[in-house]
Amino acid sequence: MFQGVMNFISLWALPAIIVLILTMGLIKKVPIYEVFTDGAKEGFKVSINIIPYLVAIIVAISMLRASGIIELTGELLAPVLFHFNVPADIIPIMIVRSLSGSAALGIFSDIAHNLGPDNYATTLAAVMVGSSETTFYVLAVYFGAVGIKKLRYALLVGLLADLIGIIAAVSICNFMYI
Amino acid sequence: MNYIFYFLIVISIIAGAINGKLADVVNAILSGAELSVKVAFSLIGIMAFWLGMMKIAKECGLIEIISKLIKPITKRIFNEIPEDSPAIGDIAMSFTANAFGLANAATPIGIKAMEELQHHNKDKSSASNSMCIFLAMSTAGFQLVPATVIAVLIGIGYKNPTSIIAPTLLVTTIAFTCAIIMAKIFQKFWKPQDNNGGDS
Repeated sequence: MFQGVMNFISLWALPAIIVLILTMGLIKKVPIYEVFTDGAKEGFKVSINIIPYLVAIIVAISMLRASGIIELTGELLAPVLFHFNVPADIIPIMIVRSLSGSAALGIFSDIAHNLGPDNYATTLAAVMVGSSETTFYVLAVYFGAVGIKKLRYALLVGLLADLIGIIAAVSICNFMYI
Repeated sequence: MNYIFYFLIVISIIAGAINGKLADVVNAILSGAELSVKVAFSLIGIMAFWLGMMKIAKECGLIEIISKLIKPITKRIFNEIPEDSPAIGDIAMSFTANAFGLANAATPIGIKAMEELQHHNKDKSSASNSMCIFLAMSTAGFQLVPATVIAVLIGIGYKNPTSIIAPTLLVTTIAFTCAIIMAKIFQKFWKPQDNNGGDS
């Protein structure tokens, strides 16, 4: 039931928002075509503006992933996390979650296919990936688009929230599934 | 950010050298740079579409209506932004897009919201308190249904794929709430460097 409602909303949210905006524009006598194209003009500029920030972040993270240090950190953390019922397969997801969304999804896919539907690691990985947003990407894109160079505490808060998310995922899954 | 940038790159090179993967690390520079441009270019079209839509929404007063509806909440969280600022409406739209997992609408609208917040920012190169809070909200990844993850679970024949919705929602709600609270606490200790970088 809940899933049915959610699917319906997910499917209809965008079309509904678009129809609402256009209809209200017409009613209020806004020249919607002119205003649309005028607003859309900014799209190119904003996308080009974020390139330097994206290059800085994505290159640094690609280098980090290629260096093998994520696997190395995983091996160091494994004995500690074992006590909290965290399977070793999950650790790369924990580390990569804030850095790269596609990588986290890739690792999750691997775990799901290799360990199968009945493994606890699959469930924990699903919750961990499903509840994450790529902090570094959002930071680069959002701040890059407006030219913010001094982040102040923004990254720290983002990473601490990610850490809290990981702890919450482990505790909740421990409680629900073990 | 200077130290983080330095740390990420230097540690990669050192670790790559130790692991015998230095060639891979060097190749990652090229592939990473290419990927960045690909990501930015793939954003152009959808960004243009949503910026166009958002401009109509602003002109016809829709954003203003949304801002008024959620004012009781945003007044507390974004107390440094004037109540009638279009930024509030944009933030609400971006949050909604995120919650429903509409990633390709969420990014352009989020950027739009950030631009509105930048108007109220005195020091244009330093993030204001409101910008940090909005970023914290966005990076916490609040989402009602993690559709991609559920799709993978269905693919492997997971018994009840939608059962992960509840724990996932609980986790992101905790992270989301903590992110806002932490941002609120840190802003007291982490003043803008020259004392004029706050919101007007």
